[in-house]
Amino acid sequence: MNPANYLYLSALLFTIGAAGVLIRRNAIVVFMCVELMLNACNLAFVTFSRLHGNLDGQVIAFFTMVVAAAEVVVGLAIIVSIFRSRHSASVDDANLMKL
Amino acid sequence: MSASSVHSLWTTAAPVADKFPTPHIEYAQLSPVLIVMGAAALGVLVEAFLPRRSRYTAQVGLAAVGLAAAFAAIVALADKGYGSTKAHIAAMGAVAVDGPALFLQGTILLVGFVAIFTFAERRLDPPPSYAGGTPNSRQPVDSFAAQGSAVPGSEQEKAAVRAGFTSTEVFPLLMFAVGGMLIFPAANDLLTLFVALEVFSLPLYILCALARRNRLMSQEAAVKYFLLGAFSSAFLLFGIALLYGYAGTVSYSGISAVIDGTAPMTPALADTTGNDALLLIGLAMVVMGLLFKVGAVPFHMWTPDVYQGAPTPVTGFMASATKVAAFGALLRLLYVVLPGMRWDWRPVMWGVAILTMLAGAVIAVTQTDVKRLLAYSSIAHAGFILAGVIATTPAGISSVLFYLAAYSFVTLGAFAVVTLVRDAGGEATHLSRWAGLGRRSPLVAAVFAVFLLAFAGIPLTSGFAGKFAVFQAAAAGGAMPLVIVGVISSAIAAFFYVRVIVLMFFSEPKPDGPTVAVPSVMTSTAIAVGVAVTLVLGLAPQYFLDLADKAGVFVR
Repeated sequence: MNPANYLYLSALLFTIGAAGVLIRRNAIVVFMCVELMLNACNLAFVTFSRLHGNLDGQVIAFFTMVVAAAEVVVGLAIIVSIFRSRHSASVDDANLMKL
Repeated sequence: MSASSVHSLWTTAAPVADKFPTPHIEYAQLSPVLIVMGAAALGVLVEAFLPRRSRYTAQVGLAAVGLAAAFAAIVALADKGYGSTKAHIAAMGAVAVDGPALFLQGTILLVGFVAIFTFAERRLDPPPSYAGGTPNSRQPVDSFAAQGSAVPGSEQEKAAVRAGFTSTEVFPLLMFAVGGMLIFPAANDLLTLFVALEVFSLPLYILCALARRNRLMSQEAAVKYFLLGAFSSAFLLFGIALLYGYAGTVSYSGISAVIDGTAPMTPALADTTGNDALLLIGLAMVVMGLLFKVGAVPFHMWTPDVYQGAPTPVTGFMASATKVAAFGALLRLLYVVLPGMRWDWRPVMWGVAILTMLAGAVIAVTQTDVKRLLAYSSIAHAGFILAGVIATTPAGISSVLFYLAAYSFVTLGAFAVVTLVRDAGGEATHLSRWAGLGRRSPLVAAVFAVFLLAFAGIPLTSGFAGKFAVFQAAAAGGAMPLVIVGVISSAIAAFFYVRVIVLMFFSEPKPDGPTVAVPSVMTSTAIAVGVAVTLVLGLAPQYFLDLADKAGVFVR
């Protein structure tokens, strides 16, 4: 199969993720969309690694996974703490600060 | 026929897999980062094993010693000539040890060192009232939440406040952030760039959520910063993936060789380099991720909210150190990887710089909150620095280095002054509350006025020397229109800086106005260092300009 197809898939996933971040209101869902974007990056890395015949891309994919896991730890901690104090994880409700 | 010879008819011995070479790590040249990260890890252990009452002293001491030792290591490296003649790339091509890296790392370490003093301030917030606890429950508290996980206003939080808990975790978090920031401007491949970005961003997200007062606002700032920061780093990562796809490597020198056409051509490379879309989109996305960290328009939306909501010591640290690290990384990317592409990126960066200068200055005029005002002023300053980045000359590099060093101490000092003006609800950040501050406490108002004048770029302050250097470099680099826009937006910015000064000195103090807390020696030192650097860099900038000039050569 033509590796370019994997790149199209990866671009599609990235776009879905980015659109989700912009459209969805729930902080958890927004965060899941960011994770989708990171996974799209991983797919692109692995495909390019195959295209170029070197291992760099596959190694980077591992780094991305570790970073994404660390981000989940921090992100969920922050989202859970704001959910517990507001009983809502909607990013639209968080509007104490305005111009 | 023996079994083995039959076997060899349809099998062949696999070549012995190439052994992974043991990576060669130059520990001595990486020692600043290693010291800071080691001190941060020790700080986590201190948090785990030391009793609560002795943690504060241990953490402050550990952090201060760690940063001082790392700075000494930087000075030693620079003294050995790693900043100029012996500049090279360490850790198997991952980290550059050169002039700009050492200069920016030194600046970040000094900023971190001063930030520790503002983090450790414990005299501003009144100690929790004695309510039947043990006598030591009246121990002084700093500006961080008693217990970050407790719900604001809950019984759990009240109990934690009564018990006199403090979040001493902020010191290891600060150290991890500093460690990431040290790697960020020195990163010499895109993977290291991404990992360093996350290493310094993640602790900052948590630090933002830990304010003692206005906790809801602080948590809101953290959520906004986190979601937008993660969004932007996803863009950065996809950009890295595309650049990797274009060049088949993530190392800076490798990518620039492919762009210049000097790399050995392989079939795969011939295939991917035939497609400029990979390069251009990848470049745009990576630069987008960096511009977000810098706080340039149109990626600035997070800045005012996060600066306002975060605990003020964190805001001061974030506003100065993040900007230094992010501009360092941006400079290295544009000057080392993409000089062959400068006709593609310069027009875009022109637009970004003009928008940033004008939007920052114009929106700041309408602000009524001191922290938001400083946030918009930091956006405008990002625009001024971008003007120097666009110059693409050696003078551009050194002027940006000097500007960053000058700007970061002014910012740190200004936010330290903001922590002093308080009323019953904590810091009084609304501008109307600052009316007549000059009558009530002339010294604090005068110090703040010095910082504002430095922001405005009035002669005899570091702001003037920095702005002059940046605009001169931009003009020499053929960006005269940028300089004109820069001067106009400086004039707009000067209006609101002076307005605050007029408000402080020439209006009647309100009867129920805020009080100016008397800080301990910690914050006083931080503010004094800020004033001293502002004046020294303003009155006698030549030594530091020369230093930045000498440091202004990237290794590739």
